[in-house]
This record gives sequence, structure tokens and C-alpha cells, in this order.
Amino acid sequence: MATDGLHENQTLASLKSEAESLKGKLEEERAKLHDVELHQVAERVEALGQFVMKTRRTLKGHGNKVLCMDWCKDKRRIVSSSQDGKVIVWDSFTTNKEHAVTMPCTWVMACAYAPSGCAIACGGLDNKCSVYPLTFDKNENMAAKKKSVAMHTNYLSACSFTNSDMQILTASGDGTCALWDVESGQLLQSFHGHGADVLCLDLAPSETGNTFVSGGCDKKAMVWDMRSGQCVQAFETHESDINSVRYYPSGDAFASGSDDATCRLYDLRADREVAVYSKDSIIFGASSVDFSLSGRLLFAGYNDYTINVWDVLKGSRVSILFGHENRVSTLRVSPDGTAFCSGSWDHTLRVWA
Amino acid sequence: MERVVVSMQDPDQGVKTRSQRLFITVIPHTAAGGDVVAWLIRKYCISEEEALHLGTLLVQHGYLYSLREPRSLVLRPDDTPYRFQTPYFWTSTVWPAAELDYAIYLTKKNIRKQGALVGHEKEHYDQLHRKINHTWDLVVMQAREQLRAAKQRRKGDRLVIACQEQTYWLVNRPPPGVPSVLEQGPERSSCTAGGVQMTKNTEFYKQEMERCRKALTRARVKSSVCLEAYLKFSSQRGPHDPMMSGCLPSNPWVTDDDSYWTFNAPSVAVPTKLRVERWAFSFQELLEDPVGRGHFMDFLGTEFSAENLSFWEACEGLRHGEQAQVRAAVDAIYQQFLAPGAARWVNIDSRTMERTLEGLRQPHRYVLDEAQLHIYMLMKKDSYPRFLKSAAYRDLLAEAVVPPEAKRRVFPFMRKPPHANPSPALLPASHSGEPVTAASGPECGDGGT
Repeated sequence: MATDGLHENQTLASLKSEAESLKGKLEEERAKLHDVELHQVAERVEALGQFVMKTRRTLKGHGNKVLCMDWCKDKRRIVSSSQDGKVIVWDSFTTNKEHAVTMPCTWVMACAYAPSGCAIACGGLDNKCSVYPLTFDKNENMAAKKKSVAMHTNYLSACSFTNSDMQILTASGDGTCALWDVESGQLLQSFHGHGADVLCLDLAPSETGNTFVSGGCDKKAMVWDMRSGQCVQAFETHESDINSVRYYPSGDAFASGSDDATCRLYDLRADREVAVYSKDSIIFGASSVDFSLSGRLLFAGYNDYTINVWDVLKGSRVSILFGHENRVSTLRVSPDGTAFCSGSWDHTLRVWA
Repeated sequence: MERVVVSMQDPDQGVKTRSQRLFITVIPHTAAGGDVVAWLIRKYCISEEEALHLGTLLVQHGYLYSLREPRSLVLRPDDTPYRFQTPYFWTSTVWPAAELDYAIYLTKKNIRKQGALVGHEKEHYDQLHRKINHTWDLVVMQAREQLRAAKQRRKGDRLVIACQEQTYWLVNRPPPGVPSVLEQGPERSSCTAGGVQMTKNTEFYKQEMERCRKALTRARVKSSVCLEAYLKFSSQRGPHDPMMSGCLPSNPWVTDDDSYWTFNAPSVAVPTKLRVERWAFSFQELLEDPVGRGHFMDFLGTEFSAENLSFWEACEGLRHGEQAQVRAAVDAIYQQFLAPGAARWVNIDSRTMERTLEGLRQPHRYVLDEAQLHIYMLMKKDSYPRFLKSAAYRDLLAEAVVPPEAKRRVFPFMRKPPHANPSPALLPASHSGEPVTAASGPECGDGGT
């Protein structure tokens, strides 16, 4: 009935405003304990010296935009995926290609290396996450042993193995994240709460290893308890889609990169944003972020083809790296911190050190 | 981008503009490429390289165009004249570059000067001609009309409009081989998806409010405390960060010498000094390192509490293991560690034991979490500090190796080719399913040179 519809709309509107006022109260509470800014505390810290990093390896072989990459625990192998459906495993030290798989879909936006180094996972517009065991047997077709693990109702934007080869965490354009058992494909836990596509996730390096953070098109970064499926913390200070999230090495904070051309640092114990990394001359979105091993440097790849290196503590930009000829779409520091690898829409990957 | 361009055109603070003579016509409001770069450098305090890069991006997106060579979308830092594109043609103005408009543009070019259409333009022209054949008369009529109207304008204006249009189409219909700057990637819908409707309904807001309420009661730590922790962490880890402090003997990526990885292999016989030092940073750091964990296990053996670490490891295996194996794993752990009279009984306080046994009736992968945490804390607060003070650890530190710094290679042709190293996927997995990477002790070095 018309009156019922009207009533529902009013309730919706009043709920929305109630939610907004609660959020406002939360921000007030968070501000109460904010007694100092990061750059003030960091004044005591020595400034960083001249920063020289160059491309040490260029990996050519993808026929189209590189969308995602991940390092193997052996510190030299990487897996990368691209728009044309190709997923390639490289020994980036020698630049040799070791495996190649062609996915049945285009825009493979997520890929991950298993902790054991014996398998890779990938997915994209096929709405699935598939796991391929890596085999060197010439007679075996890698695609034959493929396991379809995750099923979402929209594109897969990110995936990551947890501490073992047997569980995978996925993020999707359908607004949810999910934890899966690789062997059976069973859904172990799902995470609802984002109001729009989830674009990225990262697992916490904590001792009790139970949380992860995700970022989405709703401008929110949310921290989840893997066991209960509940969101334990949420942050909403970005002004546009969050493309990438990464934990600070101690696990007490995480950084995010967004289409609003800023990267931000959120502290989990203080429960607030504690730093913004931005510059007037940077007007393109940040697609991908990662920390150096000590957490002093934050590397961020942008849609203006550059990589900016930030001093995490002082909040200033240390360096800008040119080289890619199109958007930088993905960036990861190697497991032992000796280098980082960036993938770009210019079809190449570069390892910098 | 538009913000930048608008401030560039500010009459007082923007880029200097002047009238430029081009052949015999005078074009007003042009800016030299060099001036644009200089302005960017001044305004944003950036280097010339960055200013040039930013300027070129503006040209590539069609906000600036060159008067002399409009086809080349590059910013030249000299006195090449540029003009600002009119907002009508901005890429963000919701202006779907319609097929019809493109057809009219191409037709105009064709009519004005036969054979003026370049390769790919000719192809598009033919394609469009076939596609919208039924309205082709309209296209030709429009084209003729626009050309006629243009003739009535001053030569200067005509030139400018022609440049503007050309730039617009260069951006919206790039020639083959040139990547389109307008490409965005798969569409990100904000609300609806597949089968799941994510409209902001009452349920969504109720959940948000619930989260806010919970968050309000959360215990927070003062910012000063949290931020100090970063300083401490970074300064402690600085010497261990290859990007901050380099690495010995050398960074493999820089010198093509992978001995750094040999010295730091996961299961190396003699760990490096830095590595052994890291074990003192935190219990987690010690456990995550297979060599560290092994030594810790030995130490626990001397204290007759090795079963604690084994129990913890078994619980980790349960938590991260296969779903189908959960029941079996729980049973195995119970039999070995928790049952009365078990072979490797672990000492848990009675309350936790009670709750654990209760939970074991419905085993799931997290059923041993409480017990595991209890044992973990026991080791962390008790055994771990003792380990760090023990003679065993002191000896490890003393015996730890500090790799010599590699001499810088002077002659490039003497550099060894980076040798291959077997993929983890080639090796048989160990029983516990732990990651096994190539054992690369010195005796295992392959070929090279």
C-alpha cells in the first residue's frame, strides 16, 4: 500500500541518519585519545638519506596489462596475472618463465603463491578462485589438475592463502570476503559488511593469526575476525575507492591506497587514522601499497605510471620512481625485503632494488 | 587533473600566456611548453622530471594541445606553443564520444581534403559507413553544415577549433598501438551485484549501527603510546631491513650474486648474526624461523617441556589444515597431549582443560584455540625469556656468521650469470606439510661460472 511504502522510506531515512550520528559519536570518542600527531613524534627520528633504487629486472612476456603479482617464499619466484587470462610463474632472478597457464576468462585480477611454493591461486571475471598445483612434468597439462575453490557472484578482486596451502581467503566484487577449504572447496566462513565491491585484503601478521583487513569501493577499510566472521573495526576516512591495504610489519597498523590519490595509515590500538601520505602534485589514484621490512618505507604504485616512496614516520615523500609506461597496477615487497616488484598495464613487471 | 588545469589558467597565478604567431595567423592565449613545466615545478615543489611527466599526462588526457604538432601528445619543455583545451571537450565532461559524432568528424576531414584520412581513420570511416549506412545522408549533411559554418569564422578561430577537435578525437579514438588513457578496467558497481542485492536496506544500517555501538565501548590506546611504538619498531628493525641498511654480502638483485640467499636459507646450518639477533625481538620471530624454532625445541628438551611446543605445532596444523582432516587431527592431538596418561601430556590449568574437553564433544578447527593460547603464553612468558638468557642462545650468537661484504665487481664481463635455483615445487613436500625450500647450503651450489 502507498502508505506502507512511505512509512518504510521514512524508517530507512531515519535509520540512515541515526547511523550517521552514531558514526559521528564514534569519531568524537576516537579523537579523545589523540594527543599527538605522527610527524610530531617523528621529529626526533633521523631523516632518510639519498634514496637510490633502480629497475634491476624487467620481466617481459605478458601480452596484455599485468594486473596482479605475488612473491613465493623462496624470495625470487613470482606469479603474475594479466588481462588476457595468462598467469605466469617466473624465476625473477634469472627472468626465466617457469610455468604458464591460460585461464578461461579475461581480467585475472587476483593471483597468489601458496606458502609451500607448490601451487598458485588465481581468479577474476570468472567469479571463481582456482588453485593450480605447479608441476614440472612436461606431459602434464597444468590446467588439468586445476581445482575450483571459491565461488562468488561477482568478479574476484583479491585472494590470499592463509598460513598453509589448505585455506584461501578471497575478496569479491559482490561485496563479501570468504574463507575456503582448498581440498573440498567448502566455504568455511563468509564476511559481510561492505556496502560495495571489496577490492583488496591482507592477512594480519599477528601471533594468534586470526584477523585480516579488507578495503572496498564503499571507502571503508574493515578488520575481520576470521573465526567468527564479525567485523571488529572499521575505518572510513578515504574519499574514494580503496584499492589496496597492507599491514604494517608489527601488525599494529595497516596502510591503504585509494583512488583519492592518498595513502593513509590506520592504527589498530588507537582505533583511528594516524597519517595521510599525499602531495598536491599527485593527482592520480594509488593502486597498490606495501611496506619495507622495517616499516620505515611505504612504496605506493599510482595510476600516473609512477611509484612514490614515502617515509612512514615523517610523512614525507622520499623518492619518485619512473619507468613504467602505463598504470602501476600491483606492487609487493619481496619476503626478505631485498627488493620489490611492480606490475603495470604496460605489460611488464619490474623488480627494483 | 582538472583542478590543476584550472589553476594553470588563472590569469594572475597561472602559466604565462601570450599571443603566438603561427604561419600568418595570430593565436591568442598560448603557453610555451617550457613555461608550463616551470610553473608546475614552482607550484608543487617538484623536480623537472616529475613536472615533465605530469605535464605530458595532461597532454595525453587532452587538456593541453600543441599548436604546431597536434598529433604528438607530448609536452616539450621548450617554446613550443600549447593551448588549453576548452572544457566542452574535457574527458570528464559526460560526453560519450558518440559514433555519430566521430563519423561526422571523419567525413568533414574527408570532404575538406581528399585523402586526408590516415590509415586507422580510413578503416574506421569505412566501418562506420557500413554500420550507420541508413543515416549516412544525415552524417554528410551535418559535416557539410559544420564546414560551412566554420568558413564563416576567422582563420585563427578555425585553426583553434580544428586543433581542439583533433585532440579530442586523438584521446577518444587513439591510433592502433597507442594505449587509450581512458581505459578504466572492469566496472565497479557500487551497489548491485550478480544475484546479491546490496541495496542499503534497513538490515544494512542496523548492522552498521551495531558495529558503531560495539566500537564505542572499545578500549583504545593513547596515540602517543601507539606512535612511539612505531619509532621503536622501525629503529629496532632498521639494521635488518635490506632497503635501509643494505645486506651482506650484497643485495642479490644489485650484484647478481645470490650468496645472500645461501647464507640466509631457511634451514641453513649456521645462521647469520642478524638472524640470531632477530630471535630476541619477539617470540613470534623465533617461532617463525625454522632454525630458531629448532634450537628452541632443543632448549625445551633440556627443560623437559618440549611437548608444549609440539602441542602448539599440532594445534597450528589443525587450524590451518584440511577441513576433512579436522576430526582426525583433533583426536590425534587429544590422544597424544590431552588424555589422562597421554604420552606427551601438556600442563594446562584445570579450567581451560575443562572447557576444552567440553568443546571436544563437537570438534571443529578452533576447538583447541584456548588450550593452544594458554600453552603459547606459557612458553612466551616463561621458557622464551629463559632461552634468551641461556648459554645455548649465547653460544648461537657467538657462532653466528657475519658474511663478508662482497667486493664490488669492476669488470662487468667477469660477472657470473645468475644461476638457476630449483623451484620449491620440484622438491618432495615434508611430512608436516611445512614449506620446504631448496636447501642451498654451500655444497649445493650449482654450476655458475
